[in-house]
Amino acid sequence: MTHSQTDTLKEGHASIGDVVGIREQTAFQKMVASQAFWVGIALFVLVVFMTWLEPSFGTVDNTTNITRNFAPIAIMGLGMTVVLITGGIDLSVGSVMGLVAIVAGLLLTWHQPWYVAFGAGLLAGMACGAFNGFFVAYIGMPSFVVTLGMLSIARSAAVVLSGNQMLYQFGPDAPIVKAIGQAKWPRHTPDGWVPHWIPELSSHFWVMVILALIVGFVFIFTAWARHLFAIGGNEHAARLTGVPVDRVKFQAYVFSAFTASIASLLLLGYSGSAINAMGTGYELRVIAGTVIGGANLMGGYGTAFGAVIGSAFLEVIRNALLMAGIDSNWQGAFVGAFIILAVLLGMQTSGKSLMETLASMFAWKRG
Amino acid sequence: MSVLDVRSVSKSFGAIRALSEVSFTVAAGEVVGLMGDNGAGKSTMVKLIAGNFPPSDGEIAVDGEVCHFHKPIEARGAGIEVVYQDLALADNLTAAQNVFLGREMKKGLWPFRVLDKQAMINRSAKLFAELKSETRPRDLVKKMSGGQRQAVAIARTRLSNAKLVLMDEPTAAISVRQVAEVLELIRRLKSQSVSVMLISHRMPDVFAVCDRIIVMRRGSKVADKATENTSPEEITGLITGAIRDA
Repeated sequence: MTHSQTDTLKEGHASIGDVVGIREQTAFQKMVASQAFWVGIALFVLVVFMTWLEPSFGTVDNTTNITRNFAPIAIMGLGMTVVLITGGIDLSVGSVMGLVAIVAGLLLTWHQPWYVAFGAGLLAGMACGAFNGFFVAYIGMPSFVVTLGMLSIARSAAVVLSGNQMLYQFGPDAPIVKAIGQAKWPRHTPDGWVPHWIPELSSHFWVMVILALIVGFVFIFTAWARHLFAIGGNEHAARLTGVPVDRVKFQAYVFSAFTASIASLLLLGYSGSAINAMGTGYELRVIAGTVIGGANLMGGYGTAFGAVIGSAFLEVIRNALLMAGIDSNWQGAFVGAFIILAVLLGMQTSGKSLMETLASMFAWKRG
Repeated sequence: MSVLDVRSVSKSFGAIRALSEVSFTVAAGEVVGLMGDNGAGKSTMVKLIAGNFPPSDGEIAVDGEVCHFHKPIEARGAGIEVVYQDLALADNLTAAQNVFLGREMKKGLWPFRVLDKQAMINRSAKLFAELKSETRPRDLVKKMSGGQRQAVAIARTRLSNAKLVLMDEPTAAISVRQVAEVLELIRRLKSQSVSVMLISHRMPDVFAVCDRIIVMRRGSKVADKATENTSPEEITGLITGAIRDA
């Protein structure tokens, strides 16, 4: 009996790879299979189309605007992607922005130097993230509940701390704060080297680029990111194989709050004032951007490029609708439609592709 | 000397006595089958050896040294690896990434310590070749057959040169062809003088690869026989209680 089994096995062995018929993916196939790539293509087509349709869309000034508008969303999208990969969600980012702005704004009105104010703002934001992370990772509560609670707590704290006032009488460091938020590079100067067709890109944009490069590097090259993906794929397995699951999850929420703090400080500098309503509803824009960029709400999949391209796509749609003269009340409908469409297309990455699904539906109807 | 020596181990969960006075040994390169009906104490035994919790009474010795495991990591450190029933694989990662999960190879200096992907891929490819499995390191686990997934889980145990591999129901949910593949993997382990404990319900699989069969019933060991001295009928009788003990 033992012998006959061994024999069948040897035959079976040689052919199993052929039977299953899996091929190793090439880099090109991987790229084509990624949602972020297709959203990138769609974005490019949209930009070309709008530039042709609406001359005011493709201008250097509008490019400056668009890149500045989506940068804070994309920055937070990087943090959100990290949390989404672990299979969690962070609903508190918008409120954390409000709290960070008020903490930093208060210190500035008390004539503290800008770095003290910014440092305190970052600390306050990361404390919110640590709170989220502690209850999700170490206590084991659902991230939706904990961060929903923090959404309420942080906003309330911001309102109380600010006395429900707008803070704008910043001390001696006000010009520095403004310079950070309003800085542009490269500048168009009469005698400068920069030709006028190159847009002046905001500090928000450049911070986003640098952060995206760092996060992208971390995702591809570090064990920490490998553990993030493993937790999202199979948390139980990650735990059994010795991955420090609780610590990594905790860090993910702290990083998400950190990106929200950075975005908040940039917007604080840009507007030169702090309001406790800053970032209201941003959590949904951030989640929409990352999901359009291909991050999976079920966990286990997401890219830094996707977070940026998804946010950019949303902003370009918004801007294009305005430029095309469509009633701004329609924006929500368009954005919502794109979220659903993106997730529908994204089903391709988890098993069955959309085309296959449609084909099988069709076959079922006929048969 | 035996790789694993379980000495009159008991385990109680509150008022429930899951194991009472179980003793057995596993020698180097030996494949031992652990059989029993649901609730016989097989899983508790495996979890004790794998370090999920300590025994209430008795002791477990690895290579003659008494061990007190409180976490699976500690058992792994002592050379005991477990292939879990659900295989503990992350579907969204590749074979190589799963093999090295939790113990990635790195290169470079902090803060630029990065994954040594090529080394991990090469090492996994070597492990799969040793196991004579047609599994490629860069394939996503999601797209693999049951047999290939087993190979990934088993390759993981070969990473640290484990002395004893516990396999919990490895052939429970896979096709006939893949069962043959898994049994061959077990023979590969044996040929590299790794001890294997096979926990299974499937009589033909146990008789195909095991040198010795231990039968448990209601928390006690009722038989410990060399495979050539017993028959599937006798083992069935022992499992169900038709034969009291042997």
